[in-house]
Amino acid sequence: MEVVLAIAIGILTGSGVWLLLRPRTFQLVVGLSLLSYAVNLFIFSIGGLAIDKEPILADGVPPDLAHYTDPVPQALVLTAIVISFAMTALLLVITLASRGMTGTDHVDGTEA
Amino acid sequence: MRTVLQSLMPHLMVAPILLPMLIAALMLLMGEGRRTAKLVLGIFSALLGLASSAALFVWVGTYGAVAYLPGNWPVPFGITLAVDRLSAGMLLLTWILGICALSFASSRWHRAGVHFHPLFQLQLMGLSGAFLTADVFNLFVFFEILLAASYGLLLHGSGKPRVRAGVHYVAVNLAASALFLIGVSMIYGVTGTLNMAELSARLSEGNVANRQLIDAGAAILAVAFLAKAAAWPLNFWLVPAYTSAAPPVAAMFAVLTKVGIYALVRLWTLMFAGGPLAGFGADGLLAFGVVSAVLAALGMIASQRLAVQAAAGVMVSAGTLLAALGLGEEAVLGAAVFYLVSSTLASSAFFLLVDLVERWRAGATVVDEAPFLSATLEAQEVNLDDEEEPLVALPFPASTALMGLAFVACALLTSGLPPLSTFIGKLGMLSAALEPREGGGPLSTRAWLFTGVLLGCGLLTLIALTRTGIRTFWSEMQREPPRVRAPEGLPLVALLTACGVLTLAAGPAMELARATAQSLYDRRGYIDAVLGAEVVPSATAPEAGR
Repeated sequence: MEVVLAIAIGILTGSGVWLLLRPRTFQLVVGLSLLSYAVNLFIFSIGGLAIDKEPILADGVPPDLAHYTDPVPQALVLTAIVISFAMTALLLVITLASRGMTGTDHVDGTEA
Repeated sequence: MRTVLQSLMPHLMVAPILLPMLIAALMLLMGEGRRTAKLVLGIFSALLGLASSAALFVWVGTYGAVAYLPGNWPVPFGITLAVDRLSAGMLLLTWILGICALSFASSRWHRAGVHFHPLFQLQLMGLSGAFLTADVFNLFVFFEILLAASYGLLLHGSGKPRVRAGVHYVAVNLAASALFLIGVSMIYGVTGTLNMAELSARLSEGNVANRQLIDAGAAILAVAFLAKAAAWPLNFWLVPAYTSAAPPVAAMFAVLTKVGIYALVRLWTLMFAGGPLAGFGADGLLAFGVVSAVLAALGMIASQRLAVQAAAGVMVSAGTLLAALGLGEEAVLGAAVFYLVSSTLASSAFFLLVDLVERWRAGATVVDEAPFLSATLEAQEVNLDDEEEPLVALPFPASTALMGLAFVACALLTSGLPPLSTFIGKLGMLSAALEPREGGGPLSTRAWLFTGVLLGCGLLTLIALTRTGIRTFWSEMQREPPRVRAPEGLPLVALLTACGVLTLAAGPAMELARATAQSLYDRRGYIDAVLGAEVVPSATAPEAGR
């Protein structure tokens, strides 16, 4: 499971960085989104991967760490998802404004 | 009375965060118009914020670091706010800049687009939160708040240059935020805590497991902060963004790079100022600081525009501060804190001045062809000078004098020449760096490098600003005198006066800065305050629940 997740994060990061270095604003937006997915998965995995364990205290489960998964990364990832979602929306607005004002979708606003 | 005050003071810590948030919410409810009402509200909020940060500053001066638990959860679990001398000082600086920028904006810039005032309040909220939080993840959240507000403020007024700079600014900051998150989660994964004080306590405990992962996490985190602090090579976004932003916004942005510096100082001293990991990354900070400062000074000398030079000045001071932190000495850091405050005030004043100057130059396109040959002058008896030109006292209005003097002050402050406060800060850093070592060994190459860079950057800055000053103020005499309105002149004068006060009160101010650095290196005050914060017993949540 760890290997699969690690490869997934690696592929997402690699694609994200590659797209980030491309000259078009759409590629920039998608690249940053992929990067934020990779980061979210990374945060999620930092508490250790576990199957079928709850992050929140449940009835009938002994209250010790062996029976629960770390809830902190889940809380962090929730915050990070919300923030990156909002920031992507903001970036889209700015890139649209840039497209409208400069007449090109190049990140520098000129084709040269 | 005293005990009541004592018990109420910690609650004041949430005021600089909640106040601008509520005011911003109120402003959003008011719709897009009603700028005067919003301006009054904004100034009101800024004054209250300034008062509460001043109270906090005085308070930590007396009682040392204090922590506050907004959610009343026991320490490592809930959100913790903490204020010590450094945070309180940065808070005070932020709100001073806030008032000055708002006042400057009130004369024309806040009309350049919609929602200037709510965004400005949110900017102040994010800055205050970043300085007050005692938790690495909340630091990320407040960074995002202040960045989101700064994206909006940068685009205030719209137009091609702003949008173009905005795309770069947002993209770089989003990428840096991704790095921030990776660093935070790596550190959490290894140490199991996000609370800065607990993190510091755990790292000081002795044998630290997974040393390499901590190093990697801290380094990734540092890259995120370095990008915000505009360290080379992650600083190419700064000049276009700061020069195209509306001037009061740029004046506020002068403190944004310092947030990166603040985060580095806070986390570096907490994690690496002592204990088994002591000194990690200091060489890197020094190297990046030196390169950034030198390249920024060269950039300043290469440019002809005052706005670009003001932005480069921000980078020079950020690079200098990074290098000072990289020297890893308490005494240097003390003087660096003093330099941080005065250079931020100076950069902010510089951005305001640049706007006045550029507007003046742009308005001076119509020059009277030959004013002295008009019929009225010939009819009067006019003194003639050596070249038999009529000698008429040129009008030298107060506004010209104000701008000229303000420029001289800004140039001296940016280049760190005597007699103003940045000189005292630089002198303090140099004398601390060149202090003879115990045991009498030769000075390290790092100290010499630091000295050379500090002096060299000062020289380059001075040359660049002198040249631009001559071109701007000593040419084309027949120009309309500048029109400076009170809301624009006053903040400029206030910021420069603040630098003047720092110069005159350099003794006590430097003492405070040294005490700040001492407590940063000592760390125990901060750690004890945060880890010792007690939950307030509550009537609604019985003890049985825990």
